Amino acid sequence: MEEKLSFEYAPAPESRALVTIKPKYGHFIGGKFVAGSKHFPTINPATEEVLSQISLAAKADVDAAVKAARKAYTTTWSKMSGKERGKYLFRIARIMQERSREFAVLETLDNGKPIRESRDVDVPLAAAHFFYHAGWADKLEYAGLGTTPKAHGVAGQIIPWNFPLLMLAWKVAPALAAGNTVVLKPAETTSLTALLFAEVCQQAELPAGVVNIVTGDGSTGALIVNHPGIDKIAFTGSTEVGKIIARAVAPTKKSVTLELGGKAANIIFDDAAIDESVEGIVNGIFFNQGHVCCAGSRLILQESIADEVIEKLKNRMAKIRVGDPMDKNTDLGAINSKEQLLKIGELSAAGDSEGAQRWSAPCDLPGKGFWFAPTIFTGVTQAHRIAREEIFGPVLSVLTFRTPQEAIDKANNTPFGLSAGIWSEKGAKVLWASQQLRAGVIWANTFNKFDPASPFGGYKESGWGREGGRHGLSAYLKGVSHE
Amino acid sequence: MSFYGLVDGTETSLKKYLGSLSGVDQVGADARAAMLATRSIKTTSKRWAIDTAISMVDLTTLEGADTPGKVKALCTKAVRPDPTDATVPSVGAVCVYNDMVEIARTHLDLIGGQHVGVAAVSTAFPSGRASMAVKIQDTKDAINAGASEIDMVIDRGAFLSGRYIEVFDEIVKIREVCATKAHLKVIFETGELVTYDNVRKASFLAMAAGADFIKTSTGKVSPAATAPVVLVMLEAVRDFYTMTKVRIGVKPAGGIRNTKDAIKQLVLVNETAGPEWLKPSLFRIGASALLNDLLMQRMKIDDGYYASPQYVTID
Repeated sequence: MEEKLSFEYAPAPESRALVTIKPKYGHFIGGKFVAGSKHFPTINPATEEVLSQISLAAKADVDAAVKAARKAYTTTWSKMSGKERGKYLFRIARIMQERSREFAVLETLDNGKPIRESRDVDVPLAAAHFFYHAGWADKLEYAGLGTTPKAHGVAGQIIPWNFPLLMLAWKVAPALAAGNTVVLKPAETTSLTALLFAEVCQQAELPAGVVNIVTGDGSTGALIVNHPGIDKIAFTGSTEVGKIIARAVAPTKKSVTLELGGKAANIIFDDAAIDESVEGIVNGIFFNQGHVCCAGSRLILQESIADEVIEKLKNRMAKIRVGDPMDKNTDLGAINSKEQLLKIGELSAAGDSEGAQRWSAPCDLPGKGFWFAPTIFTGVTQAHRIAREEIFGPVLSVLTFRTPQEAIDKANNTPFGLSAGIWSEKGAKVLWASQQLRAGVIWANTFNKFDPASPFGGYKESGWGREGGRHGLSAYLKGVSHE
Repeated sequence: MSFYGLVDGTETSLKKYLGSLSGVDQVGADARAAMLATRSIKTTSKRWAIDTAISMVDLTTLEGADTPGKVKALCTKAVRPDPTDATVPSVGAVCVYNDMVEIARTHLDLIGGQHVGVAAVSTAFPSGRASMAVKIQDTKDAINAGASEIDMVIDRGAFLSGRYIEVFDEIVKIREVCATKAHLKVIFETGELVTYDNVRKASFLAMAAGADFIKTSTGKVSPAATAPVVLVMLEAVRDFYTMTKVRIGVKPAGGIRNTKDAIKQLVLVNETAGPEWLKPSLFRIGASALLNDLLMQRMKIDDGYYASPQYVTID
């Protein structure tokens, strides 16, 4: 008789007591928290528990924020030396590191992502962005962007809900380093870490009005985009909204960068290291519940290894630990909102009805909250909706190819072009493929690797401009051509 | 011999078999092992893991200074790791040099340790630098003295110069000597093979040649049982099972000194090869200092505080 063996991991929850969430939040304008008028709830998507009430900024709030930003720009920030600005950025970065556990817990509660990811990815990378850009603040003349690069003035920044704090860092750090002041709006469902960041700005004694944070929904975003007092718009979010913003700013003098959707191809050649490729597929699509604009959502697999890889992938997916995001052993957390869950469900149903084969990892999903099991569709073709539209969830479409050129053709056959992955042990093939792919970021034998020094951004409908590195910095400086 | 139908014993077939293996990406394997090291194993699962790890220890002494007295003491510890607590399981085996096998076996039997195996290191351990005749005799001696497990080393020189067939034939010959009398563990000395591609290749070579277990290291070379190396070997036994429906065991040895390290090993097993491997017949940990740390952590869970090291016996 064989004894049935199992190694159950006992719950290992991170402490919720690390954060204090106020029952109600206002906006952060001119260095102070000011009360809002209308409020809406923000919930923990893993439990549907209401965490707090967030203010919905109206025109008067946005006006006040822009005014405060303009004043800070004119009177303080634009007059300050780069060296002094850098000091503030270094200070913010250090405080973020010191309060990293607090940020991680708050991010996980508000967003639904696993604590392992907020702790090991989001928060350290956010701090790294401030450290990196702090170093640029006094070296702008040497960035190869002209001898006297100049800030735009006031930057309006609108960020998404998938990496709330990290996207804030991607936006705020370069803007401040380049000498701009900002009005930032976090996403409707994930405002809490931005509000904690406002506390950090106070703690760092950042001059009042350099960073202003207004919370709200799309209507608040529209007020920022259309505000005549704003010089530059930076947006990360859906291609749909990106197009609206592009139309809105087209007749104005506003400069704009857009980081939009994606439908990345993750190409596995038959000479790839198979086990690590499987890890790369999992990381590519299941990292952050697939709520990643550069997610490797289209697996493009060489036919000769397709069966082996899919079998290994299913085996590996069965080991993904889905559940309580606060548990340190959780790999896949909650879907950020009911709305997003419905969208994932709708597109997956389209996959079924269009004839693709669905397989989901066997896992127990919690009764409350928003959940979607890790899922793959095999037998997907270019014509399927699930091969063309961004699902933004833990759903992978598997396509196959016979020759390298076919892989490239399929990978490029999309209106998007944010990222791509190539898996092969042959260096020459990797270099060849990377030259053919039309995507802003191409990973070879890895996926979802980010670094503040590396420019990130898309081709085609995936966006305009780059974030990170010298390229990202240039977007916050005037009179600089955007490569 | 059939070698699972994978090779026919010729160099051509062996080369074809090894050539069909996919490579290992070092960065990716390191990253996966590092991620699994973040698993947080607490309370009841920690208690379970500690007892499981104790039962998997190959309690080892491989010193020039080994004496009958030292080996007997080791055997006593192996049978009852904690003399004050009979619920602590015995370890998997004691691991000694060839000439100590008879002393160990006799003493174990004398003190009620019939269930504890005796593993003998063999084939000119640790270097493997001797003639085949000597290696065969070395193994025969150990088995005749009562060894139930043979831990042989491969000829790393032959492996690194591409003479895979020599390594294969050596394992086949030692397998024949072991026959049904002893389990065969094949030691790669991964610190000398260096690359993960080599570790994967050696794993598949040894499994086809008839190894019951594949083992990382002798404990005499550093680095030894690093997490990524064990990961690559666990992937190999998992894939070999898919190919043959035969489960081969894995034994990391060297460098696993505390409970945290041991639990990380069990997590690697659980999430790579699978829970089917979580038993002493398929997973062993070659160690000496580890056992006492496991005992101290066990006492801490039961008593709620860390005891002084004087409450565990030094051997």
